[in-house]
Amino acid sequence: MPGLTAPGVMVLDERFPSWASIDPAVPADPASETPERRRAAWMAAAQAGDRRAYERVLADSVALIRAVARRQGVGHDQLDDVVQETLLTIHRVRHTYDPARSYDAWLAALAGRRAIDGLRRSGRQARREVGDEVAVALHPDEHDASAESERTQQARRLRAAIDELPPGQREAVEQLGLKELSLEEAAARTGRSTGALKVNLHRALKALRGRIHGDD
Amino acid sequence: METTRAMADPHAHDRLIATLGAELAPVRRLRPPWLRTLGWLAVVAIIAVALFARYGVAPMLARWAGAPDLGWAGLGAALTAIAAAWAAFALAVPGRRTAWAWLPLAPALLWIGASGLGCLRGWIAPATHVASAPEAGDCLFFIIGFSVPLSVLLIALLRRACPLRPVLTAVMVGLASAAASASLLEICHAFDAAATDLAMHALAVGAVVAANAALGGRLLSREAGRAT
Repeated sequence: MPGLTAPGVMVLDERFPSWASIDPAVPADPASETPERRRAAWMAAAQAGDRRAYERVLADSVALIRAVARRQGVGHDQLDDVVQETLLTIHRVRHTYDPARSYDAWLAALAGRRAIDGLRRSGRQARREVGDEVAVALHPDEHDASAESERTQQARRLRAAIDELPPGQREAVEQLGLKELSLEEAAARTGRSTGALKVNLHRALKALRGRIHGDD
Repeated sequence: METTRAMADPHAHDRLIATLGAELAPVRRLRPPWLRTLGWLAVVAIIAVALFARYGVAPMLARWAGAPDLGWAGLGAALTAIAAAWAAFALAVPGRRTAWAWLPLAPALLWIGASGLGCLRGWIAPATHVASAPEAGDCLFFIIGFSVPLSVLLIALLRRACPLRPVLTAVMVGLASAAASASLLEICHAFDAAATDLAMHALAVGAVVAANAALGGRLLSREAGRAT
């Protein structure tokens, strides 16, 4: 491309979050580096399979992810969800990080994306909850119903709550909770990692508890 | 409900990090966007060589010598293909700026401008004639026919990356493959610039870009949106 020299590309790519250092990250001796360069070096080592470096860079990333999510307007109660989603995304796309570039900019892009997803999800949920209030108002009093129909109703509500879970969480509940598969079997069947299934089940149960007990 | 969700397990992140650490395997790093662009362009170049072998270089050069605007339009299309493909590969890497999407603008203006100027010319370029309606229709099929495999290849390559802006990336995919197809068409295009033919080219490029934005965007967003 005439006119598009290498420095031109660098300028085009420079986008550092306000909390990031100005220096582009270059992997070097991790001991004498700024926090951002240290993270870049850790991630480069993680790409080569260094588990210690990987766990360090992930632990170091949590605060940065929270900062990005907060800036995007994610509520306090949802920050942890965004952190977990972002950590899982980092794991899946860790090969796209280029150690010659800013780790923080790479991370901020992923965290920003997951934060927007989280905001959209909570927007949808808020709309559903308005609908639920109407349903509760229109619904006959629970004491009128016989014990039998109450149980049916509870089962139906649980089923509906499971159906409303995000696909990954629903899958985890169905495979692990309802079909009682082992983690390995469920992983083989769904093509997801056991770690992702565990995380999804954990979050699904939390959401279901909130939905069933919170609504009562 | 809110309180239930707000009560985060303080060790949840540590547990997840340990799980991910246990699953860590070495990965092959994504090559830089310019290198991946060259890979895709190599496929386009192979097709170009095949077309040159079939039609020869001389007719194209004779057309360009007689009517330089055709040459400029061809050059503009080729540069648009390069720039749009590069932009697509850059946009697919997290942390790269959205400003990459402007890269194909200048070559696209050259392409469109030179094609438009050709219609205003008073003479007919050598060894060409103004395309009849069915002939202009052939141009449509040529551009769409070559764009489909080129787009599929680009999307397949991009799915290995992580396009966080899937629709914008897919628009670049469409522009790159349509522009590359239009450049390839230049090799065997024995028609002079005229409003009918130009309209067909514009229609073909528009259709390819729109189809990519709709279908390609969905394919790429499924990839980028999958968190687990």
